[in-house]
Amino acid sequence: MNPSFVLPYTAVLSARFRMLLQYRAAALAGFVTQIGWGAIRIMAMEAFYRSTTAPQPMNLEEVVTYVWLGQALLGLLPWNPDTEIRNMVRSGTVAYELVRPVNLYTYWFSRSLAFRIAPTLMRSIPLAMLALLFFGMQPPASPESLLVWLAATAGAVLLTTALTVILSITLMWTISGEGVAFLAAPIIYLLAGMVIPLPLFPEWAQFILEMLPFRGLCDAPFRLYMGHISVAEAWAVLLHQWIWIFILVGLGAWMLSRAKRRLVVQGG
Amino acid sequence: MMNAFALYINYATLSLRGQMQYRVSFILGTLGQLLGTGVEFVGILALFDRFESLSQWSLAEVAFFYGLVNVAFAFTDSLSRGFDHVGDLVRTGEFDRMLLRPRSTVLQLIGKEFTLKRLGRFLQGGGVLIWSTLYLDIAWSPWVMALTAVTVFCGACFFLGLFINIGTLSFWTTETLELMNVLTYGGIEASKYPLAIYRPWFRRFFTMVIPMGCVTYFPVLAILGRTDPLGTSLAFQYAAPLFGLLYFILSLLIWRLGLRYYRSTGS
Repeated sequence: MNPSFVLPYTAVLSARFRMLLQYRAAALAGFVTQIGWGAIRIMAMEAFYRSTTAPQPMNLEEVVTYVWLGQALLGLLPWNPDTEIRNMVRSGTVAYELVRPVNLYTYWFSRSLAFRIAPTLMRSIPLAMLALLFFGMQPPASPESLLVWLAATAGAVLLTTALTVILSITLMWTISGEGVAFLAAPIIYLLAGMVIPLPLFPEWAQFILEMLPFRGLCDAPFRLYMGHISVAEAWAVLLHQWIWIFILVGLGAWMLSRAKRRLVVQGG
Repeated sequence: MMNAFALYINYATLSLRGQMQYRVSFILGTLGQLLGTGVEFVGILALFDRFESLSQWSLAEVAFFYGLVNVAFAFTDSLSRGFDHVGDLVRTGEFDRMLLRPRSTVLQLIGKEFTLKRLGRFLQGGGVLIWSTLYLDIAWSPWVMALTAVTVFCGACFFLGLFINIGTLSFWTTETLELMNVLTYGGIEASKYPLAIYRPWFRRFFTMVIPMGCVTYFPVLAILGRTDPLGTSLAFQYAAPLFGLLYFILSLLIWRLGLRYYRSTGS
């Protein structure tokens, strides 16, 4: 075989390989950081549970599983706008997006979907494995719990994508960039259950937390996994997720159509 | 020395003027920082509402730990951005230029950016700190006041030492190791509660290997006038912040050593 014929393929193969290696380093970094983070959180929760004998809405074992699920699926949270779209808005190439013969909202939704899923997959599975084997994370309560958890996780992925698209669209209004995302991310983080498990919030806050869309990102799927919300009640979780998915997709599409009309392209 | 200080002031003013060109971005960034640390405190409040105490520690005491470490870290966080970028500087060859200038590289890196939006963390931590003192019965003798100031100062130095370590590693890796965030931001995360609540291996690591407890835990006991459940003496608690300072000096020496092994990437 002519060696020059295979050259482009080996070149692209090695380039792609090196690129993946870069991402592996980032994935490893995130992986170690999240294990450290999870360990700190869990030790603090252990100390809190040692301080009381009163029954709590969630026992320590459940909290441990909840924290590890949160660390494994951290990447799914809508904590930043799609970086590709951000760069397009900054450089002005977003104008090209507008002339494509596709539905822009659907197009951006697909982009953001991949943006959320790909990095999460790479680190979530090894982290969950390690946590299951060594760090006290429990397996799903039952095969049925596993199924409803998977269904709710699919809902969470769509929910987070709808929120990511909205964050990305806000970039088209503020030249300074990620302002809205800066403010939204910590609040979403808190209301999704990443700071402390939502059932541990005071009773008066529970109703508000249950109405808001953010529990559908972490809290509700996690509790389905461990059977803290029973399989029989799973339909309510899924319904809540899907109502919010429709609302947020509608809102995003509306915002985008408004933004398109008022867009000023900055790039030269 | 005075000259270096004047130069730093110059660097900082330039950086601030640059940031003030994007005023909305600055305000939103500061608010974002404030919220980012604020939600953590909301979590602490919620946990105390439910559990009432953390071992033998009260909410006000934990708030004091939390506030103090955030105030100290806010200083570091506004100075340390340059060290996050050492990897980029080495890769692009920009670092060679820094070596040519007749000033220390550490000064140039600290001067690279004065990140004013860290004011958000400072205000939030400071607010919690002041709030906690209203509920605590601290005997504010001159000694205790001095210890508080020294603790914040040594704490900021200690954390800066960690960032310098990360920068030093970049000489070899030519990229910034996000891996090390587990020490910096993880350390802050852990320091919002008293070190005594953690497991022994963790306490030992953050006292003997990385002396974080020496700036975020032991001196605070002396300020609060509490006996240490881990059994350290008052004299040690007063002396502890110096280990943080020592760590900073050691980091500077290691940085120097790293400079000697630095090889330009040639690009």
